[in-house]
Amino acid sequence: MLPTAIIVFREVLEAALIVGIVMAASRGALGRGLWVSGGIAAGVLGACMVALFAATIAAAAEGMGQELFDAAILFAAVCMLGWHNIWMSSHGRELAANAMKLGNEVRSGARPLWALAFVVALAVLREGSEIVLFLYGIALGGNGGPVAMAIGGVIGLALGVAAGTTIYWGLVAIPMRLLFTVTSWLVLLLAAGLASQGAAFLMQANLLPPLGSNLWDTSWLLSDQGLAGRVLHTLVGYTAQPAGIQLVFYVVTLLVIGGLMRLVGHGERVRAGHPRPRPAVNPAE
Amino acid sequence: MRPLALAVLFAIGFVAPAFADEPTVNIDLKDHQFVPSEVPVPAGVKVKLLVKNDQTMTAEFESNSLHREKIVEPGNTITVYVGPLDPGSYEFFDDFHNATRGHLIAK
Repeated sequence: MLPTAIIVFREVLEAALIVGIVMAASRGALGRGLWVSGGIAAGVLGACMVALFAATIAAAAEGMGQELFDAAILFAAVCMLGWHNIWMSSHGRELAANAMKLGNEVRSGARPLWALAFVVALAVLREGSEIVLFLYGIALGGNGGPVAMAIGGVIGLALGVAAGTTIYWGLVAIPMRLLFTVTSWLVLLLAAGLASQGAAFLMQANLLPPLGSNLWDTSWLLSDQGLAGRVLHTLVGYTAQPAGIQLVFYVVTLLVIGGLMRLVGHGERVRAGHPRPRPAVNPAE
Repeated sequence: MRPLALAVLFAIGFVAPAFADEPTVNIDLKDHQFVPSEVPVPAGVKVKLLVKNDQTMTAEFESNSLHREKIVEPGNTITVYVGPLDPGSYEFFDDFHNATRGHLIAK
C-alpha cells in the first residue's frame, strides 16, 4: 500500500503542479474549467492507450521508441507553453486590466486555451501511463492484494492533487495585475525544464551528443530523488547532474520564448502609443 | 507532415547502424535485485546494456549520473546505450522500487 501511494503520489505530483500553474495562468478566462478538465480526461485516456501499447512503443525505432515518444511529448508541450506565453505578452495587459469585465474574452480575441489544455493532456498522459504500468505490475504480482493497491493509489492521487491545488491557491492569491507576470515566468521556466528533459531523452536515444556528461553535481545539496528536488525538477527543470546538452536546450528555450515575448510585447506597446514600458498601474485606481 | 516523418526515419536509420558493434552487457532484475549489481564495463567506448525484467512488477531502470530512465515491463528486455564513460562508478536503480540499486564500474 505504502509503495503504491508513494509512486502514485510522485507521478501525480508532477502532472498536478503543471495543472495548477496552467489553471492560475488562465485565471479569468471563459471556459477554462472545461478546457482543463477536457485535457485531464484526454490525458487519462491517452495514458491507458500508451500503457496498453507500451511494448509496441518500446520496440519501435530499434528499441528507442520510448525515448523518441517521451521527447516528442515534451517538445510538443514546450511549443504549446511557448505559444501561450507569446500570445499572453501581446494580450495579457488588456486581459489583466479588464479581467473583471464580462465579455472581455470576446474583445481580446480567442485566447489559446487549447494550447494549455494540450499541455495538461500531455502531462497527464506521460505521468499517467507510468502509473498505469506500475499498478498493472503490482496487480500482476499480487503484492498486497487489490484493496491495498486501491487504497494506496487513492492516497497517492489525493496527496498529489492537494499539492497541485496548493500551488494554484498560492498563485491566485497574487494580485491580478501581477498574476500574469508571475505565471508567465513560471510557464517560461516550466517550458525550459521540459525542453531540458526532452534533450535528455534524445541524448539517451543517441540522437544528441551529451556535450559534457555531468557539468556539475549538486546532489549533495539537493537530490533529484527527494521531494523538494522532484518539485523543483518539475517546476524549473532542476537536475542535480545535468549534461551539457540539457543546459543548452534550457538556455535556448528561455532565450527563444523570452525573446519572442519581448518582441510581441514591445509591438503591442508601440501600437497602444506607449513605446516604453510603463510602471504597473492598478486598474482599480 | 510526410517530409518530417521521412526525416525522422532517416535520422533513426542514420543513427542505428552506429550502434552495431558495441560491447554488450546483460543485467537481470530478479526479486528486487540487479544481477549482477556490480557491472564491469569498458571505459572510453559506447556500451550496450540489455536490462531484463524477470519480475512480475514493472520497473524503471534509471540513473542520474548516466542520464538514463526507461521503463521495463515484466518479462521484457530493454536496450540502454551508455558511454563512452570516464573510469569510475555510476549508480543506477529501479525508480519503482528505490532500494533496488547497482553500479556500473567503468575501467
